[in-house]
Amino acid sequence: MDPRLAVIDRRLEGVERILAVTGGKGGIGKSLVASTLAFGLVQDGRRAGLLDLDLTGPSDHVILGVESRFPDEKFGVEPLDAHGVRFMSTTCFAGDAPVPLRGADITHALLEILAITRWGSLDVLVIDMPPGLGDALLDAVRLLRRAEHVALATGSQVVLETVRKNLALLRRLDVPVAGVVENMARGPDGAVRHAAEEFAAPYLGCVPWDEEVEAALGDPQRLVSTRAGAAIRAVGLELLGAA
Amino acid sequence: MHELALAEAVVAASLKAAAEQGMSRIERIDVRIGELQRISREVFEFALREVMPAADSRLAGTEITLEVEAARFRCRPCGNGFSVSDTGGPASEDEAEAIHFIPELAHSFLQCPACGSPDFEVTGGRGVSIERLEGS
Repeated sequence: MDPRLAVIDRRLEGVERILAVTGGKGGIGKSLVASTLAFGLVQDGRRAGLLDLDLTGPSDHVILGVESRFPDEKFGVEPLDAHGVRFMSTTCFAGDAPVPLRGADITHALLEILAITRWGSLDVLVIDMPPGLGDALLDAVRLLRRAEHVALATGSQVVLETVRKNLALLRRLDVPVAGVVENMARGPDGAVRHAAEEFAAPYLGCVPWDEEVEAALGDPQRLVSTRAGAAIRAVGLELLGAA
Repeated sequence: MHELALAEAVVAASLKAAAEQGMSRIERIDVRIGELQRISREVFEFALREVMPAADSRLAGTEITLEVEAARFRCRPCGNGFSVSDTGGPASEDEAEAIHFIPELAHSFLQCPACGSPDFEVTGGRGVSIERLEGS
């Protein structure tokens, strides 16, 4: 019997809502949206946490400008303070080393992180989901039953093909979907809105393609002041019913 | 220390299993700790004492046994079987500490001594598990 399963809900009992930023496809901006969403919520007076579940390719620390270091130990481990966001990632432990995990390793690493991390009281815990519909997504769905998924999509047919499968899988698993966000939008395009309607999911907003984002990485204050950052912040308010 | 969090998990899981099995008292819990957790027996025994709810009659006089299971690996590319000591162990205290927090980071800091690959299967000695629960 793995005892870690018995304490995961207890570790999250002070967290009011869990929002998992998903999408299935890599390179569509999940990390940027998840990180900016968490920081924007803090800017709007909420207590927010961010868990980078892209265990093998974490990047939220780069976006938020967090220097990796071991978290403090206090009856478990305390998330790092990333500009007010309570932050946890494999990079806190592995630093710059590659993290080559597969199958059971991913499950065990995820279980360990969820069992020892003490999130405390949060209004929202944002989870940056890894790409794909494999181990990490299935484990996250199994272990974080009350997570509401926020599906990210672009107008590209290649992306929408996978996002539809992601949404279909979540529906089959009876997982709540908070809505769909259109990312990297270059102009008016109804394809993402149409996909959201197909799955009866709310269309939460449109984040424009923004050349300013790259230069703002590592500086979250500057990031939320970009057009893309402002749009993501608005999505956060929409999600929390404060728009 | 995060051993307290794992010890709390052992107690919580035992109480949950005891309730499911209709036990009013837990007489014995056998716990196995994988070597990869890099947790000493003394520290974990201390942690268990710290988190054991003194007022809970189900845990009055419960005997807890701890067994540390040696870690074993099998390299996927070359098939070599090896142990932590065969690899020379983590190269620094920070690497050892990282594995202590998340044992799967062995893949970041240990390699197959035969071919150097980090792609190995952990065939034993990771995680914390409750092997047996006795009660009445």
